Amino acid sequence: MDLLNAFVVLSNFVLIPAIAYGSQLALGALGVTLIYGILRFSNFAHGDTMAFGTMATILITWWLQSLGVSFGPLPTALLALPFGIAVCVLLILFTDRFVYRFYREQKAKPVIFVIVSLGVMFIMNGLVRFIIGPNDQRFADGERFIISVREFKALTGLKEGLAIKTTQGITVITAVLVVAALFYFLNRTRTGKSMRAYSDNEDLALLSGINPERVVMVTWLIVAALATVAGVLYGLDKSFKPFVYFQLLLPIFAAAIVGGLGNPLGAIAGGFTIAFSEVMITYAWKKVAKYALPESLEPDGLAQLLSTDYKFAVSFVILLIVLLFRPTGLFAGKSV
Amino acid sequence: MKKLLAATAATALMAGAAFAGGHAKEVKIGVILGFTGPIESLTPSMADGAELAMKEVTDSGMLLDAATVTSVRADSTCIDAGAATAAAERLITADKVDGIMGADCSGVTGAILNNVALANGVVMVSPSATSPGLSHNDNEDNGLFFRTAPSDARQGVVMTEVLMEEGINEVAVTYTNNDYGKGLADSFQAAFEAAGGTVTINAAHEDGKADYSAEVGALAAAGGDRLVVAGYVDQGGSGIVRAALDSGAFDTFHFPDGMIGTKLEENFGDEIDGSTGQHPGTDSEGAAMFTALVGDAFDATSPFTPEAYDATALILLAMQAANSKDSADYKGKIMDVANAPGEQIFPGQLAKALQILKDGGDIDYVGATAVELIGAGESAGNYRQIVVDGGKITTAKYR
Repeated sequence: MDLLNAFVVLSNFVLIPAIAYGSQLALGALGVTLIYGILRFSNFAHGDTMAFGTMATILITWWLQSLGVSFGPLPTALLALPFGIAVCVLLILFTDRFVYRFYREQKAKPVIFVIVSLGVMFIMNGLVRFIIGPNDQRFADGERFIISVREFKALTGLKEGLAIKTTQGITVITAVLVVAALFYFLNRTRTGKSMRAYSDNEDLALLSGINPERVVMVTWLIVAALATVAGVLYGLDKSFKPFVYFQLLLPIFAAAIVGGLGNPLGAIAGGFTIAFSEVMITYAWKKVAKYALPESLEPDGLAQLLSTDYKFAVSFVILLIVLLFRPTGLFAGKSV
Repeated sequence: MKKLLAATAATALMAGAAFAGGHAKEVKIGVILGFTGPIESLTPSMADGAELAMKEVTDSGMLLDAATVTSVRADSTCIDAGAATAAAERLITADKVDGIMGADCSGVTGAILNNVALANGVVMVSPSATSPGLSHNDNEDNGLFFRTAPSDARQGVVMTEVLMEEGINEVAVTYTNNDYGKGLADSFQAAFEAAGGTVTINAAHEDGKADYSAEVGALAAAGGDRLVVAGYVDQGGSGIVRAALDSGAFDTFHFPDGMIGTKLEENFGDEIDGSTGQHPGTDSEGAAMFTALVGDAFDATSPFTPEAYDATALILLAMQAANSKDSADYKGKIMDVANAPGEQIFPGQLAKALQILKDGGDIDYVGATAVELIGAGESAGNYRQIVVDGGKITTAKYR
């Protein structure tokens, strides 16, 4: 019984939040890793691409809400998502056409691309703040909970409660669907295979008649969609604030690098590794220990390794350890 | 500007009339507030409140020898100690004020007190500086500094009383990571533990984050009957409450002044039913009388405006009691006129008070904020205790 309570506490404060956060990071890291694998540079503008896509979705959500459209128990933002993706795709293709293509034709070095993406990042940063402002925006509606603490307690009679938010459920389901679709696309379709070929060996791919501009365009399309989905899920689950999305860049890059840059499977594993470490290292284990351990072993203090202020430091440290001991990441990606 | 001109003209006329009376004497009060800077939206009505008291006294013609009271405004900037010190220096050396109503923010108030008021021996009465650091219990201020605003240390004590009366003696505390939050959380912890309560955790939260589930995880692990949120309602404070409710970590909360506002009702409604809180406020009839006295002239309910009226009134009444406009003479009288015994004085009754003092009687100035000076001369503070009921903030009582 006590072990059951310990597990419920653990799920409520660690497992469920970390799984949701991990899915959001994984989707973000997939975008970063795709760009690195195919376009061969680290895209620093990714966090702000997420912010832009989310902003477009929020604006459309508000418009739908003002028309009285709703999605039953699900958030209206899910209806707006396809339109948000479309707007984000337009912006991304515009940037590629007028910024990145210039450098691609010059065969610029990856480091120049990185700096260019930094510039793009600042522009997008400003654009988002200009349109929607720097403040917090909440846009979640519909049912808040799949199961709330009170319902759970009444249902099971346990002392501890467990809450699963609708947004957490949506996050995990959407992430699974999106990842499945992405892997099907990369492994089974002609375009996906040509992308992988281009990523493996650019010259060989060109010789076998693959159109590089088409590969690049499809990559950006996918990246814009991934970024918007990741951003909207994060915003629904937590809240939308441009600066927070900019900060997300760090755990997302950490996730991509830990998993192995350029390796989609690695990005997913990396996302969950980072999310679980962040949550577990800053969690105070006292309550779990109280239920799980015999009384004599109960901790006096909070049993918290690091204060929650150091959440971002955790991603940094993991990043450092991986780069020192396994520069290609957990799943052999490209070395950075 | 128009108002200033009108005021100046009116004062000049008064002065003329007084001179005609023959026993002319002029009392100058410096009004040093942050007319520019972070609280510039509050200060105009504060200054108006102060000047209302001066006008009332001048009109009565009973202060000292029918003296007129003039206001000299100066800008404290609220944050720039250097500029504030220079402005105060000017008030004392060039304008030769007889007392200072101000300053407003705690930092500049301390700077002016230490650098200017102490050196020149001029009385200062601040309407709004709340830092516990300004409580001069060892007479470091030579008895020159008073305030009609309560110290934040006082709120910690009031908070303890509210919680203890509710039968709660184990709480978790989270505060916004700045001077206000930390000062309040620490003074609350000290008071609560002294009263026999237990603070299971006293953890900071940063404002402006998207997700507070990790912070709430730590608070939940520490446990407690209620969560004290010393934050801001439109910042991280609401994020903490949201995450605590979602994860079922706490269902009732205690909110100090920074968390109480209509935003709280909007954000949470009846989800936080049974939560308690307190913020400065009074139900004394003085507050209503002050509002009536002001009429449409300015916003009488704006924060610290009644306090500014009271601060000015205290200075002028103390002068009358000491029969002198010299700071060294009247500084000892401020506590006397503010506290019992004596006849209670409300806003608009300054003439009556001046008459009683002139006749050698005793007064107990109540004013607009139920003034009661304690310790080294600071307001005991009146708080409105609230409870959330049916999704609405309702008044439980005043203390």
